[in-house]
Amino acid sequence: MTRHSKSHRVAGALAWIAALAMFFPIAWMFAASFKTEVEAIATPPLFVFTPTLENYREVFARADYLGFALNSVVISLGATLAALALAIPAAFAMALYPTKRTRGTLLWMLSTKMLPPVGVLVPIYLIARETALLDTRTGLIIMFALSNLPIVVWMLFTFFKETPKDIIEASRIDGASVLQVITVVLLPLVTPGIASTALLSIILCWNEAFWSLNLSAHDAAPLTAFIASFSAPEGLFWAKLSAASTMAIAPILVLGWASQRQLVRGLTFGAVK
Amino acid sequence: MRIPHLLACSTLLAAAAGVASAATITIATVNNGDMITMQKLSSKWEQQTGNTINWVVLEENVLRQRVTTDIATKGGQFDILTIGSYETPIWGKQGWLLTLNGFPASYDYNDIFKGVRDALSANGKLYAVPFYAESSFTFYRKDLFDAAGLKMPAKPTYDEIAQFADKLTDKSKEQYGICLRGKAGWGENMAFVDTLVNGFGGQWFDMKWNPELTSAPWKAAINYYVNLLHRDGPPGVTGNGFNENLALFSTGHCAMWIDATVAAGMVFDKTKSQVADKVGFTAAPHGVTEHGTGWFWSWALAVPASSKKADAAKSFLAWATSKDYVKLVGETNGWTGVPPGTRQSTYDNPNYIKAAPFAATVKTAILSADINHPTKNPVPYTGIQYVAIPEFQGIGTQVGQFVAAALAGQMSVDDALAKAQAATKSTMQQAGYIQ
Repeated sequence: MTRHSKSHRVAGALAWIAALAMFFPIAWMFAASFKTEVEAIATPPLFVFTPTLENYREVFARADYLGFALNSVVISLGATLAALALAIPAAFAMALYPTKRTRGTLLWMLSTKMLPPVGVLVPIYLIARETALLDTRTGLIIMFALSNLPIVVWMLFTFFKETPKDIIEASRIDGASVLQVITVVLLPLVTPGIASTALLSIILCWNEAFWSLNLSAHDAAPLTAFIASFSAPEGLFWAKLSAASTMAIAPILVLGWASQRQLVRGLTFGAVK
Repeated sequence: MRIPHLLACSTLLAAAAGVASAATITIATVNNGDMITMQKLSSKWEQQTGNTINWVVLEENVLRQRVTTDIATKGGQFDILTIGSYETPIWGKQGWLLTLNGFPASYDYNDIFKGVRDALSANGKLYAVPFYAESSFTFYRKDLFDAAGLKMPAKPTYDEIAQFADKLTDKSKEQYGICLRGKAGWGENMAFVDTLVNGFGGQWFDMKWNPELTSAPWKAAINYYVNLLHRDGPPGVTGNGFNENLALFSTGHCAMWIDATVAAGMVFDKTKSQVADKVGFTAAPHGVTEHGTGWFWSWALAVPASSKKADAAKSFLAWATSKDYVKLVGETNGWTGVPPGTRQSTYDNPNYIKAAPFAATVKTAILSADINHPTKNPVPYTGIQYVAIPEFQGIGTQVGQFVAAALAGQMSVDDALAKAQAATKSTMQQAGYIQ
């Protein structure tokens, strides 16, 4: 065995260990969703048990899963589209026509993510109340789009910077407007980057819990609120919570798997030159 | 206009009036067994009134934060709130809740235990109606006590509890003498710790609101708690709250457990507990005093002042906390599942007494818990496992973290209490209670 192939095998084994360690909580949650409440909290933990669908039946009976899921889909897609619509021109300008203040602006945008959300809960709640956006999908779409905007801009900025400037300049010389440069020249070149940014934004929106719990009640409540309704301070709830969580993450897990090739391609876009 | 037309118009008008009076109310509630039962049975009220209900079910701490934000900013998202006996008088005094004194005579306010009514009132006005109430007491394993030749007294002392725990601990069998809450939080470890301190003769504040966390009773109580759990408690105790201890006790790992009376129905449930036929229960332990040694808590339903559908909301409350509702739950779900601790009529019901062997002890514990006299010496506050002032959530959680740190061995008990005292004093100064 050559030294090269040996190190490859070690790296492969380490990757498998890391992947299994990361996947274990999901696998354990999935298994717990088929246990009874007593089995779910048994010590030592049970690896062999008779599976039951009772938790799923109970979860379906108690909550309108499809209503929550529809809200999650609409809010995640809406917020991602809104964030992209704002971020693409911003990233285009900063990546291809930088000024002295571009770097500072980018860092300032990112710094807004460092603020604990609870610090601005009351003002944002009051704004939402005054604008009748409490418990509406529109309110959550605006909130999620704005809270993910710094990350979306940063990612797109990185992708746009990798685009050869010569192509952009050539199209400008040929008489293309800024809008045409973006839509006809730039976007096809960075489609993998935009796709992976969009996927990441959807995942972030789907999993966001703080604002969705605080700004929604019934009409706009997404799946994070659905999960929260199965946690209890008094009483056993692990099995039902596991069933609810499995149902909540299933769509995004499927989306992630289905698009993993695109996601990896986008995330490594321009990494090797 | 012809008579048939007149009749048709009248019918339409009546129908329109019916539609107009039907309302959709939004209820924010916690996810526990009694509330889930209420959710399931609420279709009966919807059928009777034509109104509909939107349910927002959240975990207790999330719910508390959510409804506090909404009510403080007059958000008007909810028509009914599930709140506890801690928030009710504070929010009532702020004018955030509607008074609930005008229900029909059949509601029979006097059937609700006076202590429960008082806990949900401020300035003589009732601001929430109780859904259920609980105290704390001692659960123990009769089989282990019998095997060790021990007898649990009707009113055990903390010294006796420690002696029993020492004798019944067998770590080789994962059998622990005592299980107590260790997870930090004002509603977690501090719920038990407050009753312990009360029993040792301590208190949060003197009559001038000066904190007393470095006093001799506090030091004795926290040393007792830390040493007892180190000797006889389960591993990882700082991660254990109500649910973790319920799981440990239900699976036979605890000889004793001091916690909420509401757990009685859960550990007696054969489908969920492996020790259902081996459980005994007795009063919460005491030390130099019995004052404040069993806590008092009630989950109650209130109507925020910002609700635009107050009439429908009050109509639901009158139904969900009535004698008829208790009867409905008993007949539908079985008598052990009725909401406990609120009404005398529940404890006069032979069906309930027969089905719930713990009923009399729970009632005694609830009636003994006097929130107006929680300590050995006079104090300026009400509340047994909490102090009914708005600042207490923050204070209780911070002190709970110091107590948990002492339990985890990260600092000594003296250091933890010194830091807790300094933090509490600072908060009370900032809030203007003391200079």
